Amino acid sequence: MLDYVRSNRREMIAAIVLIVLLAYYLITHPRGPSTYVMTIWANQCLILALAAAAQFFAVVVRGIDLSVGAIMALANTLASHLLDGSGISIVFGIAAVIAMGAACGLLNGLLIVFGRLQAIVVTLATASIFVGLALLLRPTPGGQINYDLADAMTLDVLGIPTAIVITVALIVCFWLPLRRTGLGLGIYAVGSSEQAAFQSGLNVVLIKVVSYTLAGVFAALAGLYYGFVTTTGDAGIAATFTLNSIAAAVLGGVLLRGGVGTLVGAFAGAFILKTIASLMFFSGIPSLAQPLFEGLILAAAIVIGGADVLRVRDKLEVFAR
Amino acid sequence: MSAALSQRLVRPDLDTLMPFLGAGILVVAAGVVFPQILGANYLLQQLQIAAFLGVLATGATIVILLGHIDLSVPWTLSGAAILSTALVGSGDPVLSALAMPAGLLFGAAIGLINGLGVAFLRIPSMVWTLAVNSMLLGLAVLNTGGFNPRGEASDAMVFLATGSVLGIPASFLTWMVLVALLGLVMTRTGFGRYLRSAGFNEKATFLSGVGTPGVICLAFATAGACSALGGILLAGYANQAYQSMGDPFLLPTIAAVVIGGTSILGGRGGLLGTIGGAVFITLLTSILSIMQIQESWRNIIFGAIILAMLLFQSLRKRGAA
Repeated sequence: MLDYVRSNRREMIAAIVLIVLLAYYLITHPRGPSTYVMTIWANQCLILALAAAAQFFAVVVRGIDLSVGAIMALANTLASHLLDGSGISIVFGIAAVIAMGAACGLLNGLLIVFGRLQAIVVTLATASIFVGLALLLRPTPGGQINYDLADAMTLDVLGIPTAIVITVALIVCFWLPLRRTGLGLGIYAVGSSEQAAFQSGLNVVLIKVVSYTLAGVFAALAGLYYGFVTTTGDAGIAATFTLNSIAAAVLGGVLLRGGVGTLVGAFAGAFILKTIASLMFFSGIPSLAQPLFEGLILAAAIVIGGADVLRVRDKLEVFAR
Repeated sequence: MSAALSQRLVRPDLDTLMPFLGAGILVVAAGVVFPQILGANYLLQQLQIAAFLGVLATGATIVILLGHIDLSVPWTLSGAAILSTALVGSGDPVLSALAMPAGLLFGAAIGLINGLGVAFLRIPSMVWTLAVNSMLLGLAVLNTGGFNPRGEASDAMVFLATGSVLGIPASFLTWMVLVALLGLVMTRTGFGRYLRSAGFNEKATFLSGVGTPGVICLAFATAGACSALGGILLAGYANQAYQSMGDPFLLPTIAAVVIGGTSILGGRGGLLGTIGGAVFITLLTSILSIMQIQESWRNIIFGAIILAMLLFQSLRKRGAA
């Protein structure tokens, strides 16, 4: 148990911070802790959590994905066209949205690996293309998403917010099994040292491409869930979510130099970020001062995360970070 | 090595020339369809507008050569613009005269904060500058009450942005003077050499006895002052500062630097290529809007052309290696 805590120190800290913040939020909320309050909170958190998960898969292989928000916008606008029918067409619609996300991620991965380009510039360029496609689908916000489906995904199951159920299901049914597969180990190996991974016989090319594809899938899921929450399509959501997904992943202990962090950590970081924003709303801080406080808290969290550099004894160690 | 290096400084390589070639091809190709593009009026106007992006990209080049990135450009720019227009708007002649120096000093101070976090706390620049950006956003919202800031540009600011000397736009001349000054610093001073070598290998540079933290701080402060200069020029152009005036500039700035042949990993590249990158991107944006293409297609073509140029650079290198 102690070993587990020690090896997952970053996630543990994130989890404790989240629990404290959530407790404080529920206590200070004027309507008190209730399923309704929890549902609204969890829905907002899950959108960012899925975006942070997308960012995680790019960052863990020592890359970055600046197209997360753009893929979200594209998925969201596509969903607003495809998810208005009923029954079987909705199922195909969801599949199409996810496939589209996978295709976007695959394109990023192929360009990065075979074009030998830096992830940051590739995804910068593809983001422009994806936003363009999203604007083509929805020049102005609009469209509709089936209300029954949206309700089913954003309300609660037996008093537990559906968003929480989805979060737990993703961790238990997707992340924990994935960790035990060759791919799950491979992304960490590639992120820690691409050369060592290659020399150990790992298929570095395949692992990187698959990891970016997973990033695209999660970005599409985030856009899809954004659609469930707002029930419309909006091409203008890209910029905020890209930057927030990076901030959330870093808050959750995912290191930008690759190979360190978990999907659970990225989720926790996203939940923390959103909880802070919700706390602001009811905290009595003048609304004009709220963006400043959000920025200060974000900066403080990052500084605290980086503070262990001050304990490093060997001055040269800091260059390896 | 030193012979090759000095040769590169004197005779620009193909990476540096490519954006200029691209810009030339763009003008000629578009000029066939729209003859007015080939007129001196249009081209001079493009140089005037390219200077805004160019000044920002010049600062970004310094930071990227170091192997870092500055995402605080948008609100450093807006902050400097808000500060200097407010000083002019006060009506006091002394304060008006101080408007531009104060704006530049503000930018340098923000840059210094960026540099301190990166150099001493070892926070990844992408995250730290992002946090600084959101704090600046918060300060601006608090300061202006969410409305457009009051104030106006001084005559000097208006002249720098819209005036001309012997038919050549003053903004373009300002940009060229800045590039020439920084070019001298980069080639003739220790700081310039340390900057490049720290971009190649920070640890080796530190071990050679260079105070790399100081180099990092100075580089970020220079970049901050460049962002502020860009903001002052933009405020002079619009005769006012406005909320989020910097947001549309962040990604084109990075794109201009990278298209100019500077490696996002640091060490390789230079200020000369960035001139071509900024001109190329400004021309591309302008020509796409002259062609009255929808915003969606403009985004798609913009992204595709940037990708194509990056791929061309990268694959050419692989062919040569």
